[in-house]
Amino acid sequence: MSASTDTYTPKTRVGRITNFVDTRVGGSSIVKEFGRKIFPDHWSFMFGEVALYSFVILLLSGTFLTFFFDPSMAETHYNGPYVPLKGVEMSVAYQSTLQISFEVRGGLFMRQLHHWSALLFVASVSFHMLRVFFTGAFRRPRELNWVVGCVLLILALAAGFTGYSLPDDLLSGNGLRIIDGVIKGIPLVGTYISLLLFGGEFPGTDIVGRLYVLHILLVPALILLMIAIHLFMVVVHKHTQYPGPGRTESNVVGFPVGPVYAAKAGGFFFVVFGILAVIAANFQILAIWDYGPYDPSPVSAGTQPDWYIGWVDGALRLMPGVGEFVIFGRTVSLNVLLPALAPAGLLFTLMFAWPWIERWVTKDNREHHILDRPRNAPFRTGIGVAGVVFYCVMWAAASSDLIATHFHVSLNDVTYWLRALFFLGPILGFIITRRICLALQRKDREIALHGRETGRIVRLPHGEFIEVHEPLNDYKLYRLVNFESPQVLPAQPNKAGHIKRTEKLRGAVSRFFFEDRVAPVTPAELEAAHSHHAEVEAPAEKAEVSGH
Amino acid sequence: MGDHSHGSPSTSGTVATAGQSDVEKFQDPGLPPHRPRRADKDPRAEKRAERQVAILFVISIIGTVLFFVGYFGIRLDDTIATLRFQNFTLGMGTAFAMLGIGVGIVHWAKTLMPDHEIVEERHEVRTEEDRRDAEQIIGQVLDESGISRRPLIRNTLIGAGVLAILPAIGIFRDLSKDLNPEVLRHTMWDAGVRLTRDPSGTPIKASDVTIGSAFHVIPEGLNEAEHKLEEKAKAVVLLMRLNPDELHVSPGREDWNYNGIVAYSKICTHVGCPVALYEQHTHHLLCPCHQSTFDLTQECKVIFGPAAHALPQLPISVDDEGYLVATSDFHEPVGPSYWERG
Repeated sequence: MSASTDTYTPKTRVGRITNFVDTRVGGSSIVKEFGRKIFPDHWSFMFGEVALYSFVILLLSGTFLTFFFDPSMAETHYNGPYVPLKGVEMSVAYQSTLQISFEVRGGLFMRQLHHWSALLFVASVSFHMLRVFFTGAFRRPRELNWVVGCVLLILALAAGFTGYSLPDDLLSGNGLRIIDGVIKGIPLVGTYISLLLFGGEFPGTDIVGRLYVLHILLVPALILLMIAIHLFMVVVHKHTQYPGPGRTESNVVGFPVGPVYAAKAGGFFFVVFGILAVIAANFQILAIWDYGPYDPSPVSAGTQPDWYIGWVDGALRLMPGVGEFVIFGRTVSLNVLLPALAPAGLLFTLMFAWPWIERWVTKDNREHHILDRPRNAPFRTGIGVAGVVFYCVMWAAASSDLIATHFHVSLNDVTYWLRALFFLGPILGFIITRRICLALQRKDREIALHGRETGRIVRLPHGEFIEVHEPLNDYKLYRLVNFESPQVLPAQPNKAGHIKRTEKLRGAVSRFFFEDRVAPVTPAELEAAHSHHAEVEAPAEKAEVSGH
Repeated sequence: MGDHSHGSPSTSGTVATAGQSDVEKFQDPGLPPHRPRRADKDPRAEKRAERQVAILFVISIIGTVLFFVGYFGIRLDDTIATLRFQNFTLGMGTAFAMLGIGVGIVHWAKTLMPDHEIVEERHEVRTEEDRRDAEQIIGQVLDESGISRRPLIRNTLIGAGVLAILPAIGIFRDLSKDLNPEVLRHTMWDAGVRLTRDPSGTPIKASDVTIGSAFHVIPEGLNEAEHKLEEKAKAVVLLMRLNPDELHVSPGREDWNYNGIVAYSKICTHVGCPVALYEQHTHHLLCPCHQSTFDLTQECKVIFGPAAHALPQLPISVDDEGYLVATSDFHEPVGPSYWERG
């Protein structure tokens, strides 16, 4: 450190600035590491970006809102500019939300921007996770980052729900009432949790203030922390890439951060912001002045929760009113507990555990940096679609009343059908999806072996009609043949020569997953196919030549 | 279709046989050749792209100006229309400001910045050597601490640690002053409390309740009560009058209705939404939240949906002046079930 004279002499202005910064706080190594780091490009990689950007917009708009919102549930009488509510008794929280909407310039815009961004945030997180799942990006070495992603999804839901309950309007109050009812259904401690959460009996005067602290401090802090870990791991692992010519497990093909990727990604932030601004400018969301302050007596029919809560609400609706019983003078309400906890528990458990489940079945412990095309992993795509169908049936059930009124069908019938689909839908989804994937793979094989159908029909001298097939170039061919098709791995005996019961189960699952499979075309097969063509279609090729 | 789609899956080679995944693979042809864009070849296209980017940035500037025009130029009055117009102007101003920059930069990147794909090698993030060293260091740390050799210290530490968490949970006890579940059993209703209209609080004469009508009811004095919302959340009642012949009254409840006028808790026994929809023709009550349906003629028994037990009935009668009054509180807790309900 004693050498205070610089041996490095910068030649440009940028160089002098760099030199100044680096000799004081360092940072050149960061530029070296990230300045030209390569990121692969694909439209499906944008979902994660959208999630990050909508979170930034949530922080910006949310901070603005905190300057005006007052989470007190003290009673007051409205005396603002909105005439229909003049003199109405309401909480200070509701009043300050009205104030933000009617008296703060840009306040309504910020509220709408915040609410729409929240909807987009959860949506983009969900789509990002579907992309990661269907392409197998969660495989080694990225299992832990998948877990961080699952935690982020839960935190996103928590952020959304705590925010939804803040304005203390009729909708949010009824939402809380439902939460209260579910909490009371928890055996042993439910009643106490409810009394503690609300500071006494529902609704009390504490809940909005408490949710507010969670919403603006605890949950966003956790989300930020998780995002930091998430992105750090992306840098450690480097991004995955889709298969294709020139792309291997040991390289990354794409654009350098500076300037192309930074420009595209940075510009995309403004695009997301702009699109959300268009929505917030034109589409009203949660017009709280229409619903009025919370009152335990009225409720409006046909109201819907924010989309991401819908599936849990739908599960509550699907459950028949059975399973409530009294045992030793205590009440157990399975009719509430079961739908509130079981589907969400099942879905999240499978989600968290899936990387390990798949690794256990396939015994594939290799690193994967090349993604699967969803069709090339029919079992996984089938499972994923089964999960999506399961979710969507519950989601649809949250709108069962609107489905009934819009399509003029019986509400009871809609519920019966959805109850059946709750069980059958995922099974059908799995079977059909897997069949579609296998069919697409066979189509790929056919194209690889015999080329693209040109649609040109040629008549041979002896009268036969044939269609001319155009062979693929090497790059396109490679896209279709370069994948792995896992095979059934029967139960293996362990070192002592025994086949354990879990191993038998694994073998059975492996059979179930990989019994039906389509293998990639091999060079030998292509060779055979070509010589076969040469025999049959030689005249056609001549015809093609003469046509030029 | 050519003649190549004959054959069953097993003979066509579509289904691989065991071991086939080991056979040789196609050779990677490498990155496809770069296809130059128009702006790469044609200076005029390049100039045009440059102009387009600049125009997009100018649009952004116009958007920002629009925002301020809306912010200072539109004066909010008492009408929603003005509010909507200002919201539209501020929003679209922001949108143009953002989209101008965003689309401009992306367009710039796509047309003018180099679009050659670059290959970078992945590096081994960690070496097995490091892992061995780490394992050794951790082993040494654990060894020097002696935690595995001294179970007495280890176990008391674990015990102390577990106990030390308890205050962090216990300190939340005062989130609620009153933790007695018994409060859920009682409402404001009592013998002689008049049934009044929600929300005005005016009492209801039995003669006002015609057959087929329905009233939303709160107990007299609720509007002046100290914990108004908490009381209301338990005490709201639906009042309806049916032809007395249509009511199936169970033993013990004969004097709970008055000439076919019946009162039931409005709080759904599922998760507590107000059961606000009354179907006059079928005498069904429907909860709009989760569609639990209760049959009024059968003492509000559940006939559809997730609720598991009937809505509690409020016993009513009339006082000397002909106003409807309760003859007691509900005989069971209202609203969703809870552990101590019994």
